[in-house]
Parts: sequence; C-alpha cells; structure tokens
Amino acid sequence: MWNNRIFEALMEMDLLQRFEAYVAAEKKIEPKDWMPDAYRKTLVRQISQHAHSEIVGMLPEGNWISRAPSLKRKAILMAKVQDEAGHGLYLYSACETLGVRRDDTIEDLHSGKAKYSSIFNYPTLNWADIGAIGWLVDGAAIMNQVPICKCSYGPYARAMVRVCKEESFHQRQGFQIMMTMAGGTAEQKAMAQDALNRWWWPSIMMFGPPDADSPNSAQSMAWNIKRFSNDELRQKFIDLTVPQADLLDLQIPDPALKWNAESGHYDHGPIDWDEFKRVVAGHGPCNKERLDARRKAWDDGAWVREAARAHADKRTARKSDSNTAAA
Amino acid sequence: MTVESKHWPLWEVFIRSRQGLSHRHVGSLHAADAEMAIENARDVYTRRQEGASIWVVPASAITASSPDEKEALFDPADDKVYRHPTFYDLPDEVKNM
Repeated sequence: MWNNRIFEALMEMDLLQRFEAYVAAEKKIEPKDWMPDAYRKTLVRQISQHAHSEIVGMLPEGNWISRAPSLKRKAILMAKVQDEAGHGLYLYSACETLGVRRDDTIEDLHSGKAKYSSIFNYPTLNWADIGAIGWLVDGAAIMNQVPICKCSYGPYARAMVRVCKEESFHQRQGFQIMMTMAGGTAEQKAMAQDALNRWWWPSIMMFGPPDADSPNSAQSMAWNIKRFSNDELRQKFIDLTVPQADLLDLQIPDPALKWNAESGHYDHGPIDWDEFKRVVAGHGPCNKERLDARRKAWDDGAWVREAARAHADKRTARKSDSNTAAA
Repeated sequence: MTVESKHWPLWEVFIRSRQGLSHRHVGSLHAADAEMAIENARDVYTRRQEGASIWVVPASAITASSPDEKEALFDPADDKVYRHPTFYDLPDEVKNM
C-alpha cells in the first residue's frame, strides 16, 4: 500500500518535471496530454472567464444596435456583436477540451461563481461610447490577447489566433467613430470627450491588478499561459494610445500623464484599485443588469433547446424504426 | 427527460476553406442534430468567407490515438531516414532529381 503511494508520487513528480521542461521549451500541450491539475484548473478558470467576457461584452454594445446613427453603422455594429458571440463560442469550445461540460461552465457564470471582465459592468450612455469601446476596450483586449496566441495550451492559442484576426476590425471601427465625432460639431466632440473620460480608467484596469498584487501571475508565466506582466501590458497600451488621443485632439483624463524621456514611457497617475475591487466584487453600475440579462436569455431559451433536442430525438427514433422495418 | 438527454451533443467541425484543399479541423460546437450543427458552424466558423464546405462529426464518434501510444506509434519512423530524398547524395551533375 505504502509502496504504491510512494510509487505514484514519484511518477507524478517525474511527469511534472517533464511537463515543465516541455512547456519551458515552448512546446504545446494538447487536450489528451498529461497536465498538472493546477495547470488544468488555471486554464479552465481563465478560458471560461474569457469566454464569459465575450458573451457579456455583447450587452453594452447590443444596447446601441437599434439606435445606431446610420444603416452602415448599424450593419457594422451587428457584425461586431456577432463576432463577440463567435469569440465566446471559440473559447467555450477550447475550455470544453479540458473536460468541463459547456452547460456547467455557463451555469458558473449565472450563479456568480465565475467572473467576467469588469469593464462590461459600465453603462453605454451615448453613441460615442460605442466608439470608445472599440478604440479602448477592444484595443486593451487585443493587447492582452496577442501574447495568448503563443500560449502553451494548443486549443486556447488557436482560438486566440482567430479572435485576434477578427478583433482588429473592432478597434479600427471604434477609432473611426471617435474620429468622426471628434471632428464633428462642438457638441459631438464633447460627447467623444465624455466617452473617453468615462472609459479611460476602466480600460486601463482591464490589464488586472498591479504586478505586486497579482499572486498567480508568476505561475502562469512559468507555464507560458501568460507572457507579459499586467503592468508591462498596461504600459504598452498607454504608450500606444496617448498619441492616438492626441490625433483625435481629445484629452486623456489623467492630469499626471506625462512623457518620461528617461524611461521612454508615459508616466501615469494612480489607478483607483478600490473601484476595480468594488466592480469585481459585484458592485459596479451594471453588474446586476448584465447577469440578469444573461440569466433571462438562458431561461427564455430553455424551451427552444428542449424542443430542438426532442425533435432531433424523434427523427433519430423514426429513422431507426424505418431501418428496422426495412430489415 | 433525464438531465443528460437535455444537453445538445458536441460536434467537431471541419472546414474546407476553398476547392482544392482538404477539410481542416477548426473547433467544435453544440447542436441538437447534424443539420443544426452545419447551420451553427456556418455562423460560428465562416463569417469571413473561410469556408467552401463544412463537415460536422459527433465528437463521440471520433476515435483518437492516446498520447501514451505516441512512442509506439511514431518512433519507428525516426530511424528510417532513407525514406527522405535528402538521404541520397548525388553528384552535382545530376541536376533535377
């Protein structure tokens, strides 16, 4: 008995060492390969939260489909929201390869057990918000997602390649909305500035807590799930975005924002991490509304899922009946 | 109806991106039946003209080799370098071969 357990523990250690060396050599793990439990759990958590973010992310933008200012903008916004649905599905599909059932993953969202990106708990108050979301929120998402294209878990990396390819249209259409509004009437420009004021800080919080306060990051980096730290990605995003705001002739709502010639980066003011924690904990402006909308969609669709399943079962039964009759 | 039979089964999706190429695995999705799986695959995996043809296969119908068999299955090919054209040194005078 004892010998058996020691043998198993040794086997596990050997597997773990081989796994870590394999991943460190930039090789990919596929669904049926051995992996440490903690690696599987980390991926399930991250991929499912990523998927939920795509799905919940449809809501703030969906809010403006019926009120888009032109047919062209409406067609574009519909295509974008449909993409988000697709991204959610690629990710749920990747998550499922780790041995979790789709409906359970979705149930975890509805019960509040699983989180989604807290950015989607902010409201979309005017049309310029659709521009700001594309420009800033999708921009930050791309910054986060590009490194995941090289993640050690094959299905997640492949899903990300697809997502990133599609995401770049999202950011460009958002920037174009901002350009149009910032270049429009004084009132339109004020709307664009107002949207930037409200979306800037939540967007830079999308990179997650500061490195010193991100305890799981080191392990994720060792496993090649994460390639850059939260603060590195945030800095990269700020450095890239400030000149874009200048181009729009809009002011980023951070009085401390300043080019630092010595570091070669922009310095920025303190981030209100209390607000971040509040929103993650469920007390943002729209947390309840978002989850209620998701639960309602799921519950309202239940009869459709059941009817489709019953119809499919009936057809299968009929087919096997007629096969038996023929035999 | 049992809980299990209420879930839609999982389908693996293969897309031929254009005539002349073979179908390639792109991911999976849930659907009540094959017809719905094709329709869903159209929406999920071919929104940007990625497809000329779709295969859907019930995930439960796929038999896969196990990673544990990897060595037994694939190592025998390792020492058969003579299966590759580069194994054969030929004089430069032999041009295209």
